[in-house]
This record gives sequence, C-alpha cells and structure tokens, in this order.
Amino acid sequence: MHAAHTASDSHIRLRLARAAFVLDVNLRLPGRGITVVFGPSGSGKTTLLRCVAGLERACDATDACVAMAGAVWQDAVSGVFVPTWQRSLGYVFQEASLLEHLNVRQNLVFGLRGGRGDALAHRGLQDAVKLLGIGDLLERRVDTLSGGERQRVAIARALARQPRVLLLDEPLAALDRSRKQDILPWLEALRDRLQIPMFYVTHAMDEVARLADTLVLLEAGQVRACGPVAEVMVQYLSAGGDEAGALLEATVRAHDAAWQLAEVVFDGGSFWLRDSPVLEPKRRVRVRVLARDVSLALAAPAGTSIQNQLACTVQSVAPDAHPSQVLVRLRCGTATLLARVTARSAAQLELAAGRAVWALVKSVALVE
Amino acid sequence: MPFPDPATQSAVLLTVRLAACTTLVLLLIATPLAWALARSRSRWSAVLGAVVALPLVLPPTVLGFYALLALGPQGWLGQLMHGLGLGTLAFTFTGLLMGSVVYSLPFAVQPIQHAFEAMGPRPMEVAATLGLSPLEAFWRVALPLARPGFAVAAMLSFAHTVGEFGLVLMIGGNIPGQTQVISTLIYGHVEAMEYAQAHVLALGMVVFAFAVLLALGAIQRHAPRSVA
Repeated sequence: MHAAHTASDSHIRLRLARAAFVLDVNLRLPGRGITVVFGPSGSGKTTLLRCVAGLERACDATDACVAMAGAVWQDAVSGVFVPTWQRSLGYVFQEASLLEHLNVRQNLVFGLRGGRGDALAHRGLQDAVKLLGIGDLLERRVDTLSGGERQRVAIARALARQPRVLLLDEPLAALDRSRKQDILPWLEALRDRLQIPMFYVTHAMDEVARLADTLVLLEAGQVRACGPVAEVMVQYLSAGGDEAGALLEATVRAHDAAWQLAEVVFDGGSFWLRDSPVLEPKRRVRVRVLARDVSLALAAPAGTSIQNQLACTVQSVAPDAHPSQVLVRLRCGTATLLARVTARSAAQLELAAGRAVWALVKSVALVE
Repeated sequence: MPFPDPATQSAVLLTVRLAACTTLVLLLIATPLAWALARSRSRWSAVLGAVVALPLVLPPTVLGFYALLALGPQGWLGQLMHGLGLGTLAFTFTGLLMGSVVYSLPFAVQPIQHAFEAMGPRPMEVAATLGLSPLEAFWRVALPLARPGFAVAAMLSFAHTVGEFGLVLMIGGNIPGQTQVISTLIYGHVEAMEYAQAHVLALGMVVFAFAVLLALGAIQRHAPRSVA
C-alpha cells in the first residue's frame, strides 16, 4: 500500500445497491498513471466508473465521496453533488459514442468553449490530435471510420478539453484483436506522456499487464485488492492456473546481434530474451515471467542451458492448486517473482522464508 | 364561371394558412411534451401519453363538441377570452386553430417522441461528459439528431390538419372566407350536387396526400443513426 497520500490523490467512497451486486468501495488511488479496475462482467466496474463521472448517483453511503485529483465532485457530508457537465473529466465509452450528425473535426471541437470556428488552434486539441495520430481523419464522416479509428477520435475528443481525469470504460472491448493491437500503443503513449490520472475499466488480462500502474480487483461490487500492479498480480491473480506469474517493468539495455537476443534490466537483475524490432535501446517494456517457467537451485548451477539466473530470497511458500505443487514467492531486488515447484523439491531444498536461492528462468515473455 | 372561383381560392388559402399555423404551434408544444414522454419513466408519463393520444381514437365530433362548449360565449375559454376583451372564439380562425392543434397533437408528438427514444441516453451522456449543460445538450445534440422526427411531425401535422373535417364543421361553421376550408367546401359542393367542383378539389387532395406519404417514406429511409 502507499505510505502517504497527497492532495492530488483520489478518494472514492461509494455504495449503490443493484439487482446483481451491491457496489461498495472505498478506494484511495494515486494522482497519476493508469489505475485499471479489473473484474469479471457484472462485477460493477462500469457502474463504478459511471458513478465517478456522475452519470449515475450512488448515495447509499452516509459518507459517500468522490474526490478526483484534488476536486471534490461528491460529498455526502457537505451535500455536494457536482453534475457531470461541470466535472472536469474526459470519458470514453465502451462502444460507439461519436455524434453521427457531426464529422470528426466537429466531434473533436464539440466540447470546447465557444468551440466551432477556429477551435482547431486550441492547444489541448492539437496535442490530442497529435498524440492519437488522427490528423488525417479530421474531415471524415464518422460513419466511414473503422472501430479503432472511432475510439482514437473518442479518446482525443475527451482529452481535447484538457480534463483533470480521464475515464475509460472498456475502450477496446468492442474491437477485434488486430484493431486492439492497433490502439494499445496509443494508450501506452498516453500513460507515458499525460500528467493526469486515468481510470481504465477492463476484463481483459492483457490490457492489465500492458497498461496498469495501479490495479483494483473488483468482485461482485467489492474491492478484493488494490495496489501497484506487480504486487496485486502476484498476490491475487496467481492462485492455481497456468498463467500464474510475475509482471516486471524493465528497460532495454543491450543487444546480442550474433545470437538474436536482447537484454532487459529491472531492479533485481536482468534477462536475456528473444530480440524483436520493438526492443529499441532504453525503451521501457513489461515482461511476464510465468511461475511454471521458474526452477530453483541452492547454488548457481554451471553447465546448464538456462541463460537467466537470478539471486533471490524466498518470501513465502504457499500451497498451489494441486497438492503436489507449491507456489514460491521470491524477492529479487524490489521485484517479486513466482516459482512453481513440486512440494517434494520444496521440502528437499528446505525452502522457507529468508532462504537464499537461485531462480533459473527458462522463458521470459515480452508483454505486447 | 371562372376557375378557380373565389370560394375555392379562399378555401385553399385558408386551409394552407390553418395547416401552417397549426404545424408551427404544434412543433412548439409537442417538443417539450415528446421529450418528457421519451425521458420520464413515471406512471404519470403513461397517463400523459394516453391523453396526448386521445384524438387518435375519438371521433372529431366529440372534440368539436367539447371545443364548441369551451370556446362558446358560455364556455370557460370563451368567458376568459371575453374577459380579456378578445371577443368570442367559436366560428373564428383562432378558434379553428386551437381545435386543430388539439386534433393533430398526437401526429406531432409521437414522431418526435420516437426520434428522442431511438436516440437513446448515450448522446446526452456524451454531451454531459464534454461539458455541455442539459439545455445546451438539448439544442446541440437532441434536436439535430431528432431532425427526421421533426420533419415527419411537421408533415403529418400539416397533412392531418388539411384533412380534418368534422371538427372544422362543428367549431368553424363553414363560413366562406372565414372558416370554410377545402374539406368543408367539398362537402358543400356535394350537398349542392356540384360534382364537377367537388371532383377538382377531391382529386387535388388525393394528389397532395400521395405526395406527403412519398416524402415521409423518403425521410424514414434516410434517417441517420445517432452515434457511431
């Protein structure tokens, strides 16, 4: 959890009874980066986002409160409820939301004050158009755009007003896989360049792995976990399942052209992985290390085919889905790794909290 | 006898004037009514919807009868107008206009209501998240998107007013030059066995009605979706 909160942090305390669930949350979130709200359909993710935007009103709680990046939008104690149109926010809807009676340019300037004539000169709009690469689409009718282009225009339209917060409700859910791949890099660019916090609702794990800084797990309207993405993923999304693993932020350091490998470095060591054109020097990337691809040894082994060996400390040993296996949490620098080994080897190696081990990583996947 | 004879001329002009004024008044009244009916989910909106739709099923003579009672010198509306020094309304153009507005109300409200409903809540939400007040959003989003509904409402109101008969006869009294419209003039011609004149006007009405229906079909084919 975060040690201290600043004035620009966000606080969301809401309660709203619905037929399928009771949304009941009390969240404190950092004032920048992407906070992903992740959960299955019907867990209340979209309702939560709509309540934050004021599109729905959740006032079941006597201490209901929405404070976003320093602005109080709802406060049951002082009776404040700012209507949506007076909140400084950008909202991207899941499906079609471009106004059909306007073209792309008119949609973009729609929310700008006095915004019809020369509003294209508007600073925020120019930045948004550039950031999302839609300069060539301005005079197009919206019904001639592809799904991916529409969502990029919708995001640019939301950003053009230079809002305090950007709210995105499953913006990629209606897109097919390749369109999704088209638009993800633009979202990464937003995360890296924008100064404002973003709240991003999704039920797609790949979007979490790629975009989240902070992760909120929502289940049946309740918050199951909330914290930095790597921690929450290791802690809560790892029980059982082949996909259990760790997510690491790393930077590309070196290339081995002869063997077609690239080295990425993270706080705790480095990995060699298969080279790829996207691995430009110094680029920030995310890599996923699956628990089933990590073996453990008490000493650094010689004569092994495994290229990636990391010195770690055991943090905990937990039972896995099958009784023959355990899930070992490892501390490696400030990062956390997971290893899935048999219970017998855990006993033979006397694995317990505090023990120093070598993690032998067979495979590292670039998240893209 | 020269054609068109003065009676026909004045009846056609009066009909067009009555239909145009009725349409104008109706669009002003029907827009807020349609918005309320499309947005509200309370049980009062169902009652309001039924009241608006009444003229669809009531015989025009019933409307005409009540209108006559209300507008006449003893009626509450007549008394009110008299008190305001505006004279009586029965057998005048203004009285006819008021009756027509009630008579054609559902033809104006329902197409606009359907257009607002077809739009769904999303465009207004989009407008709100872009910082438009509800009133601004209504002007800049709801009205433009409901344009086909307004076109249909205007055409139906106009055509329906042109085609009214029973009500006009009851509160207008078929006074040439004042309240005699095409439909009542045709009635007069037939009564007087002037089939030739009746034919000309009747055929004109058929052609007009056909053109309106063709145009309505064209509007409905080209109605756009609201968001993409």
